[in-house]
Amino acid sequence: MTGLVQRLIPEFEVWKRRYPAGFEGSLSIPALRRIQEERGYIADEDIADLTAYLGVPRTQIDEVVAFYTQFTRKPLGTHHIQVCHNVSCSMRGAEGLVKHLSARLGIKPGETTTDGQFTLTTVECLASCGTAPMMMVGDAFFENLTPASVDALLTELTGSAL
Amino acid sequence: MSIVATELSGTKFFMNFPVTDTSHTLAEYRTRFGYQALEKALREMSPTDVTKEVAAAGLLGHGGAAFPAGRKWGVVKLGDGEPHYVCMNADEGEPGTFKDRWLMECVPHMALEGLIIGSYALQGRHAFIYIRGEFDLAYRRMAEAIEEAYAAGLLGENILGTGYSLDVVLYRGAGSYVCGEASAMLASLEGKKGWPRNRPPRLTVKGLYQKPTVVNNVETLVNVPVILRLGAVEFKKVGTPKSPGTQMISISGHIAKPGVYEVEYGYLWTKFIYEDCGGIQNGKALKCIIPGGVSTKILNASEIEGVTLDHNSAVAAGSQLGSGGMIAVAEGTCMVRLAQVIQRFYHHESCGQCTPCREGMGWMERILNRIVAGGGRPEDIDRLYQISQANDGTTICSLGDSAGYACSAIMDHYREEFEYYITNGRSMYDGNLTVEDPFASALVGVAS
Repeated sequence: MTGLVQRLIPEFEVWKRRYPAGFEGSLSIPALRRIQEERGYIADEDIADLTAYLGVPRTQIDEVVAFYTQFTRKPLGTHHIQVCHNVSCSMRGAEGLVKHLSARLGIKPGETTTDGQFTLTTVECLASCGTAPMMMVGDAFFENLTPASVDALLTELTGSAL
Repeated sequence: MSIVATELSGTKFFMNFPVTDTSHTLAEYRTRFGYQALEKALREMSPTDVTKEVAAAGLLGHGGAAFPAGRKWGVVKLGDGEPHYVCMNADEGEPGTFKDRWLMECVPHMALEGLIIGSYALQGRHAFIYIRGEFDLAYRRMAEAIEEAYAAGLLGENILGTGYSLDVVLYRGAGSYVCGEASAMLASLEGKKGWPRNRPPRLTVKGLYQKPTVVNNVETLVNVPVILRLGAVEFKKVGTPKSPGTQMISISGHIAKPGVYEVEYGYLWTKFIYEDCGGIQNGKALKCIIPGGVSTKILNASEIEGVTLDHNSAVAAGSQLGSGGMIAVAEGTCMVRLAQVIQRFYHHESCGQCTPCREGMGWMERILNRIVAGGGRPEDIDRLYQISQANDGTTICSLGDSAGYACSAIMDHYREEFEYYITNGRSMYDGNLTVEDPFASALVGVAS
């Protein structure tokens, strides 16, 4: 085993101390989160190496990566914009927000800008309904959005006006 | 205890202090009786005493099903030679629900104290907090609280010198609505995809790694320190006889003052909507309410008249308080479009295990998409009802059961809107979902 998983194993070993014995398989999701944080996506070698490290069936890791929406097998844009379009956000303008972002970035939901700067995704409820419409950029929530606040944020992220 | 009197007069157990940048810390939590209940439990009470007190207080689960917490704890047999686990369900994902997020961001130590006390009652050596993957601040606040607690001797070996030891794992999900269902959550905690499983055996008999496990919602656990501090008798003086205590309600949608509120059970629903929350946006009339997350059946404006916010009243009115995630809908909203948004959500989140949910939710969404696109057929309404009914009682988890309720309840109330849309190929309300759309005119001047 070489590469990213090998490098992260010391961290995983620290996590293990708070788990009961025999819970090694439970580390799959936290470990995949950590791997994705480093690499930006889950690569083939990560799945193979994690399978070997945890001693679980490979199908378990494959299924986990496929099942949870936050995991990705391919690189995303530098800034991953996730717009909630569930009930409360739709009632406060999420559909217009998606159109606005699409127009500004020149991409549809599910796409990445050609310069690799932005990926736009629509997602279901992020538990931010009282401050709708909202979106996540990376890990951060941006709430009570308006065209002006979205444009200001995009400008800040790109370093220039779009 | 003067403490009790101050607290009870306001009937707020959680939202009773000014939230600041530091009010979530251990030092400040200690000024609000923080960890006094834990001290009391560990030094003065046996594990069984704790469970009895929680049962006597009549604490109901706050995750949506309102199952008595004390009874759930009571199922686990102490001294059976098995490890016992308590898992805090912090996977808040029911659309419209964001009260656990408030609790974790503002009173993370109170949640942790409840978890430690619960673990002591069940004699657990390890406990888990399963927090949804998208939470950022709530996750960091819980993580900080855990580390502060370890450093202060409130977690780890020999807590407060009492001989009781507990480790807590903060486990972050990775994006899955169904993992809020307890058995799916435990599958996820085992590092697998989150598929629910059939009961029996109950999770309190065979749960995490086949060991007895109690899964409690965040709001359920924050009530535990309150109960131990006040005592069951004082706790029961708040709320109604059958719904003791308070309910955290998160309200959103077309409401003038959206946000998180703590109400005493038995509070008048209309007073809450029209006075506390300022009524509907722009002074519009209320059309209907989604009472407790989109999985609970909608009630129209007249159906909440005279109804109080407690479990029995909500059920008598034809719905449930559920997760306390309330969504207010204004007059002039297109209910067909609203049903379409809800159905898209269920289709997206179906875990794919049970055929009625996996196939049915997509089928319902496709029918609604066709109606919205103007291609509705006369038989569509009956078909939607049939698919919805075919789901009820035929799926492993209760999320599957209720996945069709939202749409059928909307059709029960607003069938004429569906008929109009199908007959005319367009919405009775111009497809409108908003009262005020900040992005309505935003695209003027945007190059396409």
